[in-house]
Amino acid sequence: MNRQDANNSLLEVRDLAKYFAQGKGFFGLRTRPVQAVDGVSLSVKRQESLGLVGESGCGKTTLGRCILRLIEPTSGQVLFEGVNILTLGPTEMRRLWRNMQMIFQNPFSSLNPRLNVLKLVSEPLRTHTDLRGDALSSRVVELLGRVGLSREHLSRYPHEFSGGQLQRIAVARALALNPKLLILDEPTSALDVSVQAQILNLLQELQREFNLTYLFISHNLSVVQHVSDRIAVMYLGKVVELSTSETIFGGALHPYTEALLSSTPIPDPDVKKKRIVLEGGVPSSINPPPGCRFHPRCPKVMPLCSQVEPELIDVGNGHLVACHIYARPT
Amino acid sequence: MSEILVNIENLHVRFRTYAGEVHAVNGVNLDIRRGEIFGLVGETGCGKTVTGLSLLRLIPHPGEIVAGRITFKGQDILSLSEQEMQDIRGAQIAMIFQNPAASLNPVFSVGEQIEMVIRQHQKVNRSVARQRALEMLETVGLPDPPQIIKTYPHELSGGMQQRVMVALALASNASLLIADEPTTALDVTIQAQILTLLTQLKESRGLSILLITHNMGVVAETCDRVAVLYAGHVVEKGRTRDIFKEMKHPYTQGLLEAIPRLGSHGKRLRAIIGSVPSGLVVLPGCPFEPRCSCAMDVCRQTSPPLVSVGGEHYVACHRFTDDAAE
Repeated sequence: MNRQDANNSLLEVRDLAKYFAQGKGFFGLRTRPVQAVDGVSLSVKRQESLGLVGESGCGKTTLGRCILRLIEPTSGQVLFEGVNILTLGPTEMRRLWRNMQMIFQNPFSSLNPRLNVLKLVSEPLRTHTDLRGDALSSRVVELLGRVGLSREHLSRYPHEFSGGQLQRIAVARALALNPKLLILDEPTSALDVSVQAQILNLLQELQREFNLTYLFISHNLSVVQHVSDRIAVMYLGKVVELSTSETIFGGALHPYTEALLSSTPIPDPDVKKKRIVLEGGVPSSINPPPGCRFHPRCPKVMPLCSQVEPELIDVGNGHLVACHIYARPT
Repeated sequence: MSEILVNIENLHVRFRTYAGEVHAVNGVNLDIRRGEIFGLVGETGCGKTVTGLSLLRLIPHPGEIVAGRITFKGQDILSLSEQEMQDIRGAQIAMIFQNPAASLNPVFSVGEQIEMVIRQHQKVNRSVARQRALEMLETVGLPDPPQIIKTYPHELSGGMQQRVMVALALASNASLLIADEPTTALDVTIQAQILTLLTQLKESRGLSILLITHNMGVVAETCDRVAVLYAGHVVEKGRTRDIFKEMKHPYTQGLLEAIPRLGSHGKRLRAIIGSVPSGLVVLPGCPFEPRCSCAMDVCRQTSPPLVSVGGEHYVACHRFTDDAAE
């Protein structure tokens, strides 16, 4: 990676793995671990939106939490502005979290029901700055205004708001310290379509205004491609394809990405697409299939696929695919 | 035009809550025909689930049907006794829900549950019931039915549990299946499997399905006809193609424009301002008026009736009330 790339990357993940031990017993000795994330490498450029898409059990939420170090990765590196955050101590991490924030899927459980809006949004400011009293309230009102809420909401509690409004409060809280990176884990999945549109528009405006970098996690491919510049598709703990939004939508290569695209319902009855219906369900991450993890369900499976795991390689213009169909001949 | 199976006329459902009376369903009119998938689409609180539950008279307390008529195969549902309703529920009209794990009994095996349903409605012995159960499991595409028969719900994935629910629904030869958000909790590739299954059942068995969903994409791909609900009112209904290609109601338009599409990257979505009403306050005029970008004076005064705008396409909007074909 040349120097310019290094400066452009806000976040870089190298070979990240997270294994969860099952039940009692030593990790790896008694029971096989759940390989939630199994060797993921990717980078996010400054001010870009990287989408992370995949279905249940693919590891996207775990990856998001590892990047923020909300849970401790098993191995690998997370470089934020060139520094491996996994080597930092608690004080340094606390300082770093001013720069990286998260918005969660369920606003009803990510906001403390016993705190009113003023306390919720001012909490990060109290923890990391000297702002108090009127100066603090003013800053909170300013943040609320930016997300479409106002002074009158300060004294209210979470249960008095709708899902969409709660997500706005969560965004205001996340922006309080002017972070550089925002990880959004299914931020609109629990919201109605018209409310989702409001929140997505808001997120777009805020990104431009505050020069934010987004890591947008979702199982909804339509939402992800709308928000993201580039998209990483995950399956059973691994990245299987990574490219620009346009390429994923118009020229996806990996059979799983193709199936995901064809399964996504399109609100247009004239679009007669041949729906690729995959057989069976996602296998368990405790006992992933040998070779390529997708091979048991792959419509284009070849004999090699059950034996050798395909590497994620660049097939041109930064388009990465992990599939033997596109592997360079040796 | 095929035979009408269900006719809902002027249905009104209210919930008496501590906060006041919630008007969940306000004069819904629709019919479902044999062998069609009818979509009931709308956002949270629009009354679509309550409408579905009305067909089975399963509206939970403190809700009640306060006006209207529902007929099923010509029979007046609302005048039947509870015993007569029991003969219809699960036997002639079946229902599957969003969370299959919550609908399946965790302490009985899949086979036992299907057999229970069969024997509840048909006078057959255990071995006949078992045979039928195996057939049902195969019809819904579950691999290795003799093995599945012995499993417990928690041993199955969400998609497989939902297939078991469909098998349960089919076990007594129901002619109408009410599917309330059957794929919302499932991954999109599994959703594709379930929707394909429902379409196959419609085609092979002439099963009618009332598909309740908030997903316009699911409606476009799966439903023959659709009704769009807003605040307990049908605002637009007709053949799916007509609704999507020539939508008339501002809410339907707003809903479609709010959806991010594959290829909409970077564009601003047209969001409808405001939010869905709670149902506690009943406006004299059109329920959508406060959020409508083309509201006129008359919209605040009277609620627009559902009128035809050609063929089977109906809209409830004052812009079409005057020059609509009566």
